[in-house]
Parts: sequence; structure tokens; C-alpha cells
Amino acid sequence: MAHDTRSYPQKPADAYLFATCLVDQFAPEAGLDAVRLLEREGIAIHFPEQQTCCGQPAYTSGYPDEARAVARRQIELFPEAWPVIVPSGSCAAMMRHHYPKLFAGDPVLEPKARALGERIFELTEFLVHVVGFRREDRGEPCTVALHTSCHARREMGAHETSAALLAGLAEVTVAQQARAEECCGFGGTFAIRHPAISEAIVSDKVASLVDSGASRVVSADCGCLFNILGRAEHIDRAAGRGEPSLPGEHLASFLWRRTAGEQG
Amino acid sequence: MSEPIHFQPTTGFAERARAAAGDPALRRGFRGAMDFLQAKRLAQFPDAGDLATLRDLGAAIRRHALENLPQLLEQLEAKLVANGVQVHWAETPAQANAIVLDIAHRIDAKRMVKGKSMVSEEVGLNHAMEAAGIEAMETDMGEYIVQLAGEGPSHIIMPAIHKTKQQIAELFAARLPGVEYTENVDELIRIGREVLRRKFAAADIGLSGVNFAAADTGTLCLVENEGNGRMCTTVPRVHIAITGIEKVIARLDHVPLLNTLLPRSATGQAVETYQNFISGPRQPDELDGPDEVHLILLDNGRSQAHADLQLRATLQCIRCGACMNHCPVYARIGGHAYGTTYPGPIGAIISPHLLGIGATAALATASTLCGACNEVCPVRIPITEILIRLRNEAQARPAAVGALRGAGEARSALVSTIFRAWAAVYSHPALYRLVTWAMSRGRGLTPRTQGAWTGIRTPLIPARKRLRDLLAERRRQ
Amino acid sequence: MTAMTARDNILARLRRSPAGAPAPLPDVGAWFAARRVDDHEVLIERFKTHIRAARAEVHDTDAATWPELLLNLAAAKGLRTLLVGKGTRHGAALAARPQHAVSIIAYSQPAANWCDELFDGIDAAVTTARSAIADTGSLILWPDAQEPRLMSLVPPVHFVLLDARAIHADLHAAMTAENWAAGMPTNALVISGPSKTADIQQTLAYGAHGPREVIVLLCREGEAS
Repeated sequence: MAHDTRSYPQKPADAYLFATCLVDQFAPEAGLDAVRLLEREGIAIHFPEQQTCCGQPAYTSGYPDEARAVARRQIELFPEAWPVIVPSGSCAAMMRHHYPKLFAGDPVLEPKARALGERIFELTEFLVHVVGFRREDRGEPCTVALHTSCHARREMGAHETSAALLAGLAEVTVAQQARAEECCGFGGTFAIRHPAISEAIVSDKVASLVDSGASRVVSADCGCLFNILGRAEHIDRAAGRGEPSLPGEHLASFLWRRTAGEQG
Repeated sequence: MSEPIHFQPTTGFAERARAAAGDPALRRGFRGAMDFLQAKRLAQFPDAGDLATLRDLGAAIRRHALENLPQLLEQLEAKLVANGVQVHWAETPAQANAIVLDIAHRIDAKRMVKGKSMVSEEVGLNHAMEAAGIEAMETDMGEYIVQLAGEGPSHIIMPAIHKTKQQIAELFAARLPGVEYTENVDELIRIGREVLRRKFAAADIGLSGVNFAAADTGTLCLVENEGNGRMCTTVPRVHIAITGIEKVIARLDHVPLLNTLLPRSATGQAVETYQNFISGPRQPDELDGPDEVHLILLDNGRSQAHADLQLRATLQCIRCGACMNHCPVYARIGGHAYGTTYPGPIGAIISPHLLGIGATAALATASTLCGACNEVCPVRIPITEILIRLRNEAQARPAAVGALRGAGEARSALVSTIFRAWAAVYSHPALYRLVTWAMSRGRGLTPRTQGAWTGIRTPLIPARKRLRDLLAERRRQ
Repeated sequence: MTAMTARDNILARLRRSPAGAPAPLPDVGAWFAARRVDDHEVLIERFKTHIRAARAEVHDTDAATWPELLLNLAAAKGLRTLLVGKGTRHGAALAARPQHAVSIIAYSQPAANWCDELFDGIDAAVTTARSAIADTGSLILWPDAQEPRLMSLVPPVHFVLLDARAIHADLHAAMTAENWAAGMPTNALVISGPSKTADIQQTLAYGAHGPREVIVLLCREGEAS
């Protein structure tokens, strides 16, 4: 499915955050920085405490019943008509495009899934198209490489909005990398089921990013980030390097740090 | 149902994939080829809007054909028969081979020349011919090279894509009498041309595939660059075309549109050198062309795909290979690792119908679902959605196993238990909060070895505080 | 009752398949029509550009002078034998020329009778093209009893006479204008340059199994033959 052209609402007073399980458990700073970015724009962010995971791991692994059991819980969490912002293109695409398929034929849940899908926004998409994000870059000059997850790119168009946010930072240069549009080799359970293939793909991705000359990599998807950074760090350790050759962070954290004037 | 002799069960997939991914020369070769083909394809479609329209039309032609498949096949057959072509039907590879052998025995054939035909690979035709004492000679340069090496094709369009010119030079010098080692590609092709020219003239049967079969005129359309296909369909006294039942299209004038998509998607060429339209055997006053033309229509699991509204889309394929040219997995392991006639993303969604879902379950999981294949497919096959469906089928609960051959065979008690437990935690928020709280508080106990993940990556360790904890603290401040 | 055949079984299974979403016959012609130009000179230039890009030669000529041009080209290329269709006007036109270096041979018997000579003893052939395609730089040939199929395939050099007025915008336009659906020959060919392959390490090589050279004699005035 190609990412669609959609119409965007006015900047709302309130919005939900669906943080994703990876952000909640493994990258909470990225979630917090997303909240800071949005609240600074005057949007009250609501975090439903009952949220867990979008259900994608089971959905893509051949366990649709298990995926539905988890997904139906998330569908109920956003009673107000506010936008739902997701700091992960992959999870956003799951909720926007795949929930309706997961519940196809269900007289109650399919319409609900469709209605929710209309309110799901990937974070960078929301910042660019709804917020009209424009903040002064207060950081030192630096060169970064952008990695966009495949679902974010192909189902949400988030490569364009991520690039637009970086382009708005005056002191940031975005490095050209070979095969930017190629997958990082994560693929959820693929990385576990097919470790040799995943290793080959992610090692090539790390090499492309290092070769780009960027001092760090940013991405709006934690799955890819953990895969790429975990691989880069493993290579560093094997080579006995103390300093990371490829540090990286979630785009939300990078954006917040640059525009809040905090050092890092 | 008999299986092609060269089929390698996917139980060995992991080992083959590991070996291929660990072969630097193979990796370099495929990477170079993929980069080259991707750039050439992109240059052929400068206008994204125009490409989108073309793909819509390509998909519509194929969908129309599949929605009217039995009628179109009957119409095709009637037209071909009226044109003097003999039409045969085969449910299995064994039946297809038996039809070819019957013809061969009737005309006392000793030698067959073959144009490029993936369906002939699918049915293991070469082995069947050799077993019957009939020489089956591949004549497409790439197919000739892999046959000389005792291998099968590693790509549906570029069979010898895994070989360097040095390897081919060594192969020619070792196997062809009187041939000296040369890396000059023009010279290598000249050598192949000379060897094969003798074969065309001496052959009793020419075998070919079919790219499109137009039902309205009873015309078989074959495309190629080399001219070996035309040789095979023109020089020997008998021409046998073999193809899958899905290759029929309603109208001859759909061919120009499909041929606008096919070569551009496949190799980044605007057009193939030869579009060969065959509508019948040689007429009494003609001086060349085969006396007999046969068409074998093969099912081999295609009707199973057709019976399923979602999986039917796999039959839209026009065999361009763009999905493999853009696949990050195929680029790392090449075609042979798949162990199936059709490798890459399209192979992963076709092979289950040919060989069973259980036997090919590893192929459906060997995808990151990145969607690069969907993006380039000229007939808009939703490949990743079908891969997800096949994953569902492969590990379907016994109660949920439907009509698909081999469904449920790859169900693993361990993995099923893991996902049941996962679903229990993630669908009960209180349990989720408890478990994740324990994980963050007990992060020091997180295993540093996390299976395949940490084989090549540093471990994933939960944060000291979850986002929900940080947000709660923030609210209190 | 006779036993069910493979045909019956396959068709029965396909007929049992459920009907999918509506799949109307697409309007392919409209896509081509929207991209067409009317200016025939533009079509001629497009044809030349595209077929030259595929490594074919194109020479402008006319009904009166093409035989001399062809024979000069043949001499310059060192061709010794030239195959012509039996009983063709252009074959007669060539044979009527005074002494020249290339010997004219007519395709006058079934291929099987003279296969060795056809494959090894013929340097070039000349055929007419029925028409051509501008968009892809392609020649359309309908081989027949006079000009058999192998003329455009076996000899290493293929001369093609093309009437410039017979250039269509695209294959769809050619099929429509010439009403292919009304009746196809046993073999119709669309040829876009010399035979080639890139099967060895993506390196393009010409003259794979068919002609190494395709030379188009584009007759701008009067009929080619």
C-alpha cells in the first residue's frame, strides 16, 4: 500500500499519545521528548494508561487471533475525537492501515478501526502537516543521517516529513547515504527467525550510515534504531572501540534537544 | 503429486541462506546486479504519475483475465485449435512431462532445444527428457551457462546472475572442447552462439515458455532479446510451448500495455529485441516454421491460488523479477538459497501452491515485510499482505486449517505458546503494567544473551523508568 | 461416461472459484491515445532515435536509390552473400543491378533442405518491414511464403526496407490501424534492433543468437518495393 494523500485537521488543543511498547519500555526519553515537543506547541497530550502495544508482532508473525486480542484493547482507548499521535511510523501504519484489515467483517470493530485509523498520525507527519513545526535550531553545527523505517516510508510517507523537520534545522546537515530507502533488516521477528540474513542486511546498513560521514543517525522508529545501534555497538565492542562509531537517537529527542537549546 | 526433482525442502533454507550471506563474492555480485537493475528500472519510469496509471492498467488487465479465467482458457483453446495449434492440459508436473514425452516419442525425437521457460524448470522437464534419453539443451545464454555448470537458474530473468565473467570463462574453458580461457564477454557470447547454432539446426523439438496468451486471436506472445526463443519456435519441426493456466489475457491489444511494463520493470529496457507472436504452425506454402505447434497449459497448484480471493492475486504475476531485484533479502542470499524454482518475494508467494504451505513456510517468514516488492510490482500484487496471510496459514490451529495444501504444518507449539503468553500480557493492561514494572526494576537481571538478537547486536535492556513512570513524575512536579 | 480429463478437472476447479471484486476490461487504448502526437515527421524522428539507441543503423533513402545504397553498404561491410525472398520486387530490383561484389541468393526451398548453408553460408538478408513503431524504435514483420521467418533471424546482418509512411506511434496504434485482431499470420514479429544479451555479468553484448546488425533503409519517397 502506498502512503495516501490525506487531509489534515487544524492544530488541536488536545491530542492522544500512543507511545508504543518499545518507547514505553526501552526508549522512554523519546516518548517524553515527543510530549515536550507537542506541549510546547500548545497541545495538551493525553496518555491513556491502559495502552500496551499495537499488536504488530503477532500480526506479522502469523498469529492474527493474538494480534486481534491486543489490538481490540487499543481501539477502545481513545474515546474523544482527538488525533492519536504515534512516535513510530511502523506502529502508526499498523493502526491506520492494518487494523481495518485485521477486523475486516467484524460489524462492531471494523468501523471502529476505520474511524480510529483516520485519527492516527505518525509523529513527524503530525509535526509537519498539523502543527506546522517551526522552531529555531539552537544547537552546534552537525551532520546527521536519517533512517526511515520501511512502513513509515511506504505506508505513511514519513521519510518526507522527517526530512522536512531536519531541513528546518539551520545548523544540521543531512548526510547522503547509499541506499537510504533500503530496509535495515529488522522486520520484527524476522531478526530472530533469520539471523544470518538480518545480520547481512543490518551490517550493510550500518556501513552505509558510517560511510555517509554523519556523526549520528536519527530515526522516528525505535525498532530500526535498536537494530542499527545494537549492531553498530556490537561491531564497536568486537573492535575494542570505546567510543561509539555510530551513535543515534529518536528524531523526537534530537529535535527537542536542538530546539530547546539543551546540550547533548 | 510429483515434485520437481531439483526442489530442495525449505528445512535447509536457513543453512543455505547463511552460506550465501557469508559468501563475499556472491554478496558483491548480487549487490552490483541489484544496484544496476534498480537504477535502470528507475530511469525507465521518470514520471511517477504515469507509472501509477500504467500499473493500474497492468493490474486491471491481469485481474480481468483471472476473474474470467475458465472462459478465457476455453476461448484460447478454441482459437488455437482453429489456428492449427494442439492444446494439452496438465494438472501436475508429471502430466506435463508425459505430454512432452508422448510427442517426442511419436516423432522419434532425439534432441530438444529450449528457450527460456520457468515452467519447464518448475516441472523438471530437463530431468524427464534426460531420463528418456532425449537431449534437452538450454539455449538462452544464461540458462546455457547454468546448465553447463550443472546448476539451476538463480533469477527468473537473469539465470546466471550469480556468476562472474571469470567463473563463466573458467566454465567454458573447462567444459567446451577447444575453448581457451577468456574474460572477454563478446568473445564468450560468440562461443556460446557458435555452439548453440549447431543445436538449433539439429533439434527435433523446440520448447518455449509463453509470456502472454491472447484469447481473442489465439496468439502466444513471447518476448526475448537474444533470438534463441525465435530459433526454438521456428527451426525445429515441432514447437512445444508450456505455460501456466494464468498466462491467458482477454485481448491481443493488451499485449502492448503489458510489454510497456514488463521489460522496463525487469531489466530497465524500454523494449525487448523480439516480440514474437505465434498464432499457428507453418502453412503449406511457407518455407520455415514448425509443422506442429503444441501448447501445454499447466495447473500445478494454480487453481488452488485461484480459489482463494486473496491469494488469487499471486496469479497476476507477469514474471518480471522486479520484486527480487528490489528485495533486501534476495540481494543478500541470491536465488539458489530459496531452493524453489521461483525465488525471491514472488517465489515465496507462488511456491506454497506448487509445493505446499508447510514445505515452504520458511520462505514466507524470510521477509522483513519492507514492501519494496509491492512498490515496484508492475501489476500491483500486494506481496507483503499475501506473505502475512501465508504465515497465518502455515501455523494455523488445527481447527482453523482451511483448504490450502500444507496449512498448519509449520505450527510450532513453542512459538504458539510464546504468542499466547504475549497476547495475555499485552491484552491485559494491569498485567502489562506489572510485567513491565518488574522488567524495569529488575533490569539488572536482564539476560545479556538474548538468542539470535545478541549474536550480532548488543542486548536490549529495559529503561530504568518506563515512559508512563516518567509522565507520572512529570505530572506530580 | 468417460473419465474426467485434466482439462475437465482444471476447468471445473476454476469454475468453482468464488467471484472476486468486479474487474472490468480496462481501456488500454486511451492510455496510448493520450500520449500520441499527430505530426508524422516527429514519429519518423522518434523511430530513428529509438532504434539507433538499440544499435540499429538507419539510412534515409528512396524508392529509386535504395538498391545502390544497400549494395554499397554490403560491399563496405565485406558481405559476400545476400539472401532475398523468392519472387519479391525488391529481390528482383537487386538482382537487376549490374555486376556487384555480393551474390544474391533467393530463399527458394524449405529451410530444412539447406539448413547448413542457411546457417553458415549466408552473410546477410534483406526483407521488407510491414510497418514500424516510433515509441520503441521497432520494426514490424509478418513473415510469409515469400519472406520466411528465418530471414530476419539467422543471417548475421539484416537489411530492412521500411516505407516511412508506415510508422505508427506505438504497438497499440499499429495493431488497431492494421486490425490485427481480424486475423493473425502464423508468426508476427516486432523487432527492436540487433539481437543482444546481458546474461554475463550484466554486460551488454550484441549478436547473441540473431543478427549482430540491423540496418534500416528508410524510404522517404515512394514505395520501398
